[in-house]
Amino acid sequence: MLEIDVKKKLRDFDLQVKLRIAEGEILMLVGDNGCGKTTLLNLIAGLQCPDSGRIALDSRALFDSELKVNMIPEERNIGYVFQSYALFPHMSVYDNVAFGLRTRRLSRREIELLVKDHLDEAGLWDIRKAKAIDISGGQKQRVALARALIIEPDLLLLDEPLSALDVRKQAAMRKDLRKKIHACNVPSIIVTHDLRDVSCIGDRACLLEKGKIALTGEPDEVMSWGSQVPFGREGSN
Amino acid sequence: MISNRFKTDAARVCSEIIQNPRLNGLWRGKVLKAGLALLMLLTMGFIALPVASLLLKNPLDTVVQTLHDPMVVDALRLSLSTSAVTTVTVVLLGTPLAYINARFRYPGKEIADSLIDLPVIMPPAVAGIALLMAFGRMGIVGHYMDGLGISIAFTTLAVIIAQIFVSSPFYIRQARTSFEDVDISMENAARTLGASRIYTFFHVILPIAFNGLVSGAIMAFARSLGEFGATIMFAGNFQGRTQTMPLAIYTAMQGDLDVALCLALILVIISFLVIVIVKTLTRRMYENVRN
Repeated sequence: MLEIDVKKKLRDFDLQVKLRIAEGEILMLVGDNGCGKTTLLNLIAGLQCPDSGRIALDSRALFDSELKVNMIPEERNIGYVFQSYALFPHMSVYDNVAFGLRTRRLSRREIELLVKDHLDEAGLWDIRKAKAIDISGGQKQRVALARALIIEPDLLLLDEPLSALDVRKQAAMRKDLRKKIHACNVPSIIVTHDLRDVSCIGDRACLLEKGKIALTGEPDEVMSWGSQVPFGREGSN
Repeated sequence: MISNRFKTDAARVCSEIIQNPRLNGLWRGKVLKAGLALLMLLTMGFIALPVASLLLKNPLDTVVQTLHDPMVVDALRLSLSTSAVTTVTVVLLGTPLAYINARFRYPGKEIADSLIDLPVIMPPAVAGIALLMAFGRMGIVGHYMDGLGISIAFTTLAVIIAQIFVSSPFYIRQARTSFEDVDISMENAARTLGASRIYTFFHVILPIAFNGLVSGAIMAFARSLGEFGATIMFAGNFQGRTQTMPLAIYTAMQGDLDVALCLALILVIISFLVIVIVKTLTRRMYENVRN
């Protein structure tokens, strides 16, 4: 269970969010550009610091302004897929996926077995030696996801994980993404601008407006939110 | 008669060109191209002529003979060794500074930035006097060091200090740009994957910025090799101890021109190699960043 109750002053408005996400639940976070979605993910991951509040994961406090707790990102055990995927360009696909295991000082044998499992499952074993900058957008997305999942995270954060893919690949990836995330059985937050992502992947949806949760509901209800939802034309088709 | 007809024809062609907008544009384009080509040739010639003269006035057998001259050997050895020590020192001290300036905000950052760049625009003779006032026997720091029996001015250490002073901005500026070009999300990704700041720096940031850092280090090395003004003011001109290649050229000009030409040729070759390496590395770095 992820519990968030944080405040942070941003340039144009105050971000103030209170949320609870259960084990295995996928929350789809939607909202206009600049409404604070990525900032919220960064606060949870520890990459930015809230002004006040509390973030707890399974009763483990990641941040608590009253208790003066602020766990550093590397100790939070959160799988984060960045919007641009943020793959390390100087490393191979194999080394990118193995990175999180090496920082945890696993043995070479353990790393080999785990990376092989994840690359096989993602259909990436054949391109394991390719440099991360030389692979296609779809492959990059799968490498980024495998890199985030291999560390067995307690929480998953995905910032527009399908936005860099073309429409055909997006459709194929949605089911795959939902299956993989559900298999982890951890709370997950996915930021998206696409209505089809919300209905195909999510268990619940939240609309963020100027740093505050304006609406919450089932993925199917999102259609009824009407003009408040900032989806593009392709998203509402 | 013929002349008159020619004049009439020429006038007709000119009038056609002027009246026909397409031909007019074509001629203007050609004239512009020819003008630019001439300008380019003149500029290139101005740069190439002195370099070519150096090569033409330097027969290969004389160069080979002069290479054994003790003055050349000493200057070459001293220049290469001091420049190498300077480059290593600048890289070790400058890398953390460049990273801090690329990633963090702190009070007085603008002043610190300007201070780092100051030696680039400071006249070398002024740099020499400034170093003397700081580290000379009567200098602010040198006074105390002299009390401890440590003398800096007019030693090989003074050569290195002068080189560090003038060449460090070349490395720090390039290193800062290279660090700024590393996408912050790479750093963030590494940290969410369990890497500490130090692990992230050595395994993610440094390898991505590597080409840029190497080209900065080469620039600093080249600047150290060519340093003259601050060195002669602060370290003096003693063969084998403080007489680097530029100082040896200056000394040899008053006696043996062959020695001066030989050293000048070596410096030109090194400078040319430096430019080629730096250009190649910088191009690779930007290709990586673009990808």
